[in-house]
Amino acid sequence: MKTELILGFLVVLLAAVWMILLSLRKQRGAGQAVFRRIPAIARLRGAVGLSVEDGSRVHVSLGNGDLNDAANPSALAGLDALHRVGQLSATSDQPPVCTSGNGGFAVLSKDVLSQAARETNTLDAYDPDHGYLSGVTPLAYTLGAMEVMSEPGVKTNVFTGSFGPEAGFLTTASEERGAFTLAGSESIIAQSVFMATARDVILGEELYVLPAYLVQRASYIASLKVQDFLRILLGGALVIGALLKLAGIL
Amino acid sequence: MRTVNFLIAVVAGLIVLLGYFFPGLELAVIRKPLLDWAVTLSGVAGLVAILNLVFHVHWKRVHDNHPRKLYSAVLILAFLLTVAAGVFLDPASAGFQKLVTRVQVPIESSLMAVLAITLVFASLKILQRHRNWMGFLFFLSVVFFLVLNSGVLAFTAEIPILRDLLSAFHQVPVAGARGMLLGIALGSLVTGIRILTGSEKPYNG
Repeated sequence: MKTELILGFLVVLLAAVWMILLSLRKQRGAGQAVFRRIPAIARLRGAVGLSVEDGSRVHVSLGNGDLNDAANPSALAGLDALHRVGQLSATSDQPPVCTSGNGGFAVLSKDVLSQAARETNTLDAYDPDHGYLSGVTPLAYTLGAMEVMSEPGVKTNVFTGSFGPEAGFLTTASEERGAFTLAGSESIIAQSVFMATARDVILGEELYVLPAYLVQRASYIASLKVQDFLRILLGGALVIGALLKLAGIL
Repeated sequence: MRTVNFLIAVVAGLIVLLGYFFPGLELAVIRKPLLDWAVTLSGVAGLVAILNLVFHVHWKRVHDNHPRKLYSAVLILAFLLTVAAGVFLDPASAGFQKLVTRVQVPIESSLMAVLAITLVFASLKILQRHRNWMGFLFFLSVVFFLVLNSGVLAFTAEIPILRDLLSAFHQVPVAGARGMLLGIALGSLVTGIRILTGSEKPYNG
């Protein structure tokens, strides 16, 4: 059997076991976790709160990634963020709206919105059309999402998922309308486009910590700790590998 | 019911994961049909989502006299024409492909051209949006690497010190991208584990 497969399995196993143990320990203990401040996410919380007060709508865009693709966790993290946004804006007249470029994510977004409405006893305000597929090709999706963003009530746009360079249209349109724009993607190209066109950008792994920053659940905090540990481990391995190569051992 | 959904998702996820790490085990017998079912289900979800978009979201707009009902009507008409053409001509036929691509390709190409201009103008405003050291650094690096990759510094190939220095600079974006990708990989890993252990459920049933 290939060594990298065994190593990969051990990393996943170690991370899963540790995450479960940390979650259980955290559930028993009390206290609020202290996170590194990410200004863009802090401003998102403020924007969602403001949308409840002024009766405007939050639009969550999950991008056009495929549910069967390996890059889908970014949109799955976006779904979790949508769930939290749905809960936070439960008292608003305008529930959040979600667009996606994949059928699977469109169905899941409807499910998440209905779940948020059930949890907050606002099922009467729930409309299945608030989560839908806006286009199947990247550009068709982008234009469909821009259509939603152009609705007068939409004043907050959250872009989390798989995007290409065409995402520049979305963020530019959002900024020009004066809407709050938070953008993050797993794609390097989309991240650079977001950096150039959006005010609030979450880079790299910050995208995956968005749900944890929106709701402090034990499992999220545990996953952040495991992520931090793995990052240190990986960084250490890279530095040691580079030193060994410099020394001529590798 | 929700417990059953959760158990099905976790067991299916574990089988697929273990089947990936241990291809020699008998798990592959179960893993392959599971993945095939996922692809089929995804296709059905796509069909449902498209029908919902056309005959629910856009139809409702036309029915409710939405200010942009004309666009919705055009979308419904284009969809019906494409479906009819697909049924009569066969989607794999050269005639159907030509019909679709001769509409889609020019529109998408012109949009990409507009995108290039949009991004150039957006980049010019970058310092307005990011009034901090990170925005400044991003702006400087954009200008620096534009100059570096434009070929203006081609004469440095004859000066060994400058050539080596610029060659080292060429590695900087690659190193940065790798760092980002490592972070993304770690984020994907923990998100996947959160879903596998059921602490994050995008399926509520």
